[in-house]
Amino acid sequence: MSSPILTRRAFGRLSASLLATTALSPAIAWAETPPGVLVVGQVAEPQSLDPAADTAVNDFRILVNLYEGLVRYKHGTLEVEPALAESWTISEDGTEYTFKLRSGVKFHDGTPFDADAVKFNFDRMLVDTHPYHDTGPFPLSFFFSAVTETTVVDPQTVHFKLNAPYAPFLSNLAYPTGLLVSPTAVAKDGKDFGRNPVGTGPFKFKSWKSNESVIIERNDAYWGDKAATQAVIFRPITDANTRVAEMLAGGIDLMVEVPPTSLAQFTPPQFDVVEQAGPHLWFLILDCKEGPFADKRVRQAANFAINKEAICNDVLEGTAVVAAGPTPPAFAWAYDKSLQPYPYDPDKARALLKEAGQEAPEITFYVTQGGSGMLDPVAMGTAIQADLAAVGFKVKIETFEWNTFLGKVNPGLEGKADMAEMAWMTNDPDTLPYLALRTAAWPDKGGFNSGYYSNPEVDKLLDAARTSTDQAERATLYKQMQQIVHDDAPWVFVANWKQNAVTNDKVSNFSLEPSFFLQLQGVVKS
Amino acid sequence: MGRYILRRLISAVPVLLGITVIVFLIMAMIPGDPAAAILGSYATPDNVARLNRELGLEGPLWQRYLLWLWHLLHGDLGRSYALNRPVLDEVLERFSATLVLAGASFILCAVFGILAGVVSAARQYGFADKAITFVVLIGISVPAFFLGMMMILLFAVDLRWLPVSGMYAIYGGGDLMDLLRHLIMPATALAAVATGVIARLTRGAMLEVLRQDYIRTARAKGVHERRVIWGHALRAAMVSVIPVLGIQAGFVLSGAVYIETVFQWPGIGRMLVDAILKRDIVLVQGGVVFVAACYVLFNIAVDVAQSLLDPRIKT
Repeated sequence: MSSPILTRRAFGRLSASLLATTALSPAIAWAETPPGVLVVGQVAEPQSLDPAADTAVNDFRILVNLYEGLVRYKHGTLEVEPALAESWTISEDGTEYTFKLRSGVKFHDGTPFDADAVKFNFDRMLVDTHPYHDTGPFPLSFFFSAVTETTVVDPQTVHFKLNAPYAPFLSNLAYPTGLLVSPTAVAKDGKDFGRNPVGTGPFKFKSWKSNESVIIERNDAYWGDKAATQAVIFRPITDANTRVAEMLAGGIDLMVEVPPTSLAQFTPPQFDVVEQAGPHLWFLILDCKEGPFADKRVRQAANFAINKEAICNDVLEGTAVVAAGPTPPAFAWAYDKSLQPYPYDPDKARALLKEAGQEAPEITFYVTQGGSGMLDPVAMGTAIQADLAAVGFKVKIETFEWNTFLGKVNPGLEGKADMAEMAWMTNDPDTLPYLALRTAAWPDKGGFNSGYYSNPEVDKLLDAARTSTDQAERATLYKQMQQIVHDDAPWVFVANWKQNAVTNDKVSNFSLEPSFFLQLQGVVKS
Repeated sequence: MGRYILRRLISAVPVLLGITVIVFLIMAMIPGDPAAAILGSYATPDNVARLNRELGLEGPLWQRYLLWLWHLLHGDLGRSYALNRPVLDEVLERFSATLVLAGASFILCAVFGILAGVVSAARQYGFADKAITFVVLIGISVPAFFLGMMMILLFAVDLRWLPVSGMYAIYGGGDLMDLLRHLIMPATALAAVATGVIARLTRGAMLEVLRQDYIRTARAKGVHERRVIWGHALRAAMVSVIPVLGIQAGFVLSGAVYIETVFQWPGIGRMLVDAILKRDIVLVQGGVVFVAACYVLFNIAVDVAQSLLDPRIKT
């Protein structure tokens, strides 16, 4: 029994060959990104690179570098400025828009950009009989559902006719759904256009390897300022911990959506954390129709009882700020700065509950496990439950996976729950209140007012704001709406998320936009 | 033998058909529909209905199933709406990545599992046995994704010996060396549990065989101990090890889901998770049926191998 099973020499040979395969050359070439090439860590694989077909912010971050629209958001704001259109006029009644187009612009495939191309883009999305309508579906085409006709006036002029005045039209044109694609390329690739994108932007498409990378290169024929990097590589890294590890190891130069708990690992001078508040609102929908929250005092009590500061600073590690009302401050022109968040005041909450004759209301609370813009919904839900319990509420939490959750909440809370978490990111101050606060937006009428809030005054203000084409007048109307909604408290206003990103020390001239898009044209990578 | 294989193949047909029905029903039953998942915040009933119509998700369930099956039998797995490309392209591309990972992992766990099992059986209660048992128990007990994370922190972030994630370097790479570098950590993490299981099982099987009379006879005849162990005993023990290898191969394939997520490996496990979350029904169906078919075929292959090794197993 003494002869060896594996001789010592054989063992030695085995381990030597193992070592040879594992401890490869010590040069760390793969952990270094080359100069002039920016590597971006994305949160997911894009669905498509066809702007008309996309719905996710993750995809928009790539699209805005490949394509341009007639208009765009001015740097650092959510206000609209000219892009491929040099100027425009709006008719008195707000139903006709005429755009004068920039001349000499070409798509990456050489197709000239003109009024015909613009018409092609909108007809493709909106006209069922258009030869390339079948390259969809186009989930967000309803952004332009007010458009009844797009007309080519001359090669440099295009005209839109709307069925009714619709103030958010311009800002919808600045949204990625309004980015313009090359008609020739759509004709060539058909349904596969989304994998072979052609636009007019500062970068042009190079390659897309499923679940590995999307590579875009500088467009040297760009009409405006040329991109400062030679190429940008977008890498989808779904697992947040892996994304953080890649950033620490130098495999990526820039990452978005850094988990709050990982922020402390990124310290200067090696790393730079960038933050930007966006048009985001995290709130609780309250059932205003039946149950305890039918009483306004109980709704206000919930607003007083929840310690929003603690949620933003402790649960979210400072990646969000306390929300004051239904409109995020990122819409600077429409936001009422005089609005103050409900302070954390448990005594006031108890007093209100007593006054309403409901000292221990029992409520069912829908919580989601995660979802677009939902931040850290389980931890936040638990903190909210504890705060509410402290003033007398008896809160029963029911947790659901995101799509299931939407399937329960969107049809309305009646008969199921009294309160539900929700978050929205929008591009115009009109969108969220119009779709989720009007009486005409109750779920049975096709809207998202899942808590059945109804105030004729708010309805009137929102309708008026939508049809006015004067921004100052719209601002006044939105501010009045915010005051009323703040007092009626159909929601508990909790947080406005600050988007964050980390760059390493080779990246300069980077900033985040309030739109949450990722404009990389001016970014320098050494 | 030919008839045996044919019989097994025919009996796999109802299994596969059953799988298509189950997958189809599960995807139909889970709450939330694809249109709502695509539309996100904008999922008004109008928009959802319109999009479902465009995605071809109208009509009774049985009708949609038969239509899907009809296309499937013609080799058309449909078009993924979340990825906007043919399901078959995506599945083949992703499955080959998984095969590389699972294959490497399977080789690791088979080789090291059997090696460790044999060594510890031959050295029962000796130092090697105890050391191997200790390591093997750790391998079995630590969840693969945790092991993966720890490996990333140590070897990629701190030591910078290996890349954190992905299958190839996105610039400059692409050769076999590059693939191996990316493969080491995920394949090891994925193999850990299976290696442990195989080692324990091989050890047990070997111990049993080593007590048999013919082993004693062989030793009495003066056959070299190395030949007794690797020649006589292992061949007999393999009969009970091989079916477990088949099961572990399935285990490695399913474990790939976590490992692919941690290491951002572009494989089919992660594809399925993403597809389920996005309610990309067509992609889930296509992917599951494909994987199931491979698994069924693999098991048939294992059974055949077993009957070749042990003539007592009736064919």
